[in-house]
Amino acid sequence: MNWSKYSAPLAFYPLAGKMIPWFSIVAALAIAVGLYIGLLVAPTDFQQGEAYRIIFVHVPAAWMSMFLYVVMAVWAAVGLGLNARLSFMMTQAIAPTGAMFTFLALLTGAMWGKPTWGAWWVWDARLTSELILLFQYAGVMLLRTSIDDQRRADRASGVCALVGVVNIPIIYFSVQWWNTLHQGASVSMTAAPKMATIMLTGMLLMTFGFWMYSLAVILSRVRCVILERESLQVWSKPAAAAEVAEVR
Amino acid sequence: MSQPGLWEALRGIIWRDLLLAARRRSDAAISVLFLIIVASLFPLGVGPEPAVLRTIAAGVLWVAALLACLLSLGRVFTADYLDGVLEQMLLIAQPLPVLVAGKVFAHWVVSGLPVVLLSPLLGLQFGLEGEPLGMLVLSLLLGTPTLSMIGSIGAALVLGVRGSGLLVALLVLPLYVPVLIFGAGAVTSSMAGIGGEANLSLLGACLVLSLFFAPWATASALRIALE
Repeated sequence: MNWSKYSAPLAFYPLAGKMIPWFSIVAALAIAVGLYIGLLVAPTDFQQGEAYRIIFVHVPAAWMSMFLYVVMAVWAAVGLGLNARLSFMMTQAIAPTGAMFTFLALLTGAMWGKPTWGAWWVWDARLTSELILLFQYAGVMLLRTSIDDQRRADRASGVCALVGVVNIPIIYFSVQWWNTLHQGASVSMTAAPKMATIMLTGMLLMTFGFWMYSLAVILSRVRCVILERESLQVWSKPAAAAEVAEVR
Repeated sequence: MSQPGLWEALRGIIWRDLLLAARRRSDAAISVLFLIIVASLFPLGVGPEPAVLRTIAAGVLWVAALLACLLSLGRVFTADYLDGVLEQMLLIAQPLPVLVAGKVFAHWVVSGLPVVLLSPLLGLQFGLEGEPLGMLVLSLLLGTPTLSMIGSIGAALVLGVRGSGLLVALLVLPLYVPVLIFGAGAVTSSMAGIGGEANLSLLGACLVLSLFFAPWATASALRIALE
């Protein structure tokens, strides 16, 4: 099977449409089971009490915020290197979801910090670098909207996204490099996790659910971007008409 | 007429930019005056306690230097973009990143070096003395070229874009944060008596990395802006 044909927006549009329901169902199931385990099954933490349960949202959101930035930068690199239109559309579609997860990570972090640390916000290396990530998402999105020429907007925001990748290792390793208030990683690839298996299961399920949710949302958004940008192409007119009819 | 060699082209670009700056001295003077005014506002706002001023000195002076650099970023490429010189620069048969590095170096000499030279005076105003004062100058000397390098990427990305002055701040300031932390950290840890050498090494690493990557990123941003 020749996968490269899906790099054309015309071919990708229906494929994305077919995939969205599946990703949505899997996301809803994973998040439902993850929340059930996290809120009802997992035992109360010995030190932090019930407040720790926010990690079932906080940690997956923080992981997704960094992961989506890297994915966005990879699509930008593919677009700049191979000059593929769809890659830039993916970059454009990923940015809002990534920014949303960054904001969610900061918000849930603040909600956890108040009862545990006694402060909504501390100027800790990881918190600060996550905040900077939010600014970077904003910068990439704003740069795109301030340039009228579509091609230049794509390429300039792509370069901007690529330059910002330097922040990702800084966020990830900030708890190791600096001795800060934010605790170190409890889950790593190389060592046994420092948490109960049931908690880990809940957290990984939530992460998987957030991942599938991102895919569903990003694919829906990229379909809108395709319709918007290809509105002058002949093929997109019936597709757009069908879409509008479906909504009505 | 034969094509200029690499060094000849680089020297030519640096010399031209410095000459242009020398003919329009008010431009460079504005960013220096801006630095002095911003730094002088803090004692008025925070209050003239010498102990307080000494504690905030490193942060305030570094932030002021950062803003002064940000303010002058518009001058790196805009004039050349408007009168078409930049387009000719892209056509020169020499690698564009090298030419960009030349332009950024000239920008640093005009807007970064005065900040470094002025910093001992401002440091004294804030009650810094001895080793911390020297550390302030050293950290600025290592850090301001990095600021110019990173800033040039943002300046090239927003070339000719509406609202570019504010946009460049949003794009560049997040990337300035490590330099600010290490620069101010060098002075603070030297005041605490543990020496600022570790922070200076990190600043040096930032400089080397930005010298290597920034001209390349700026060159590709310029190509995008002018294609």
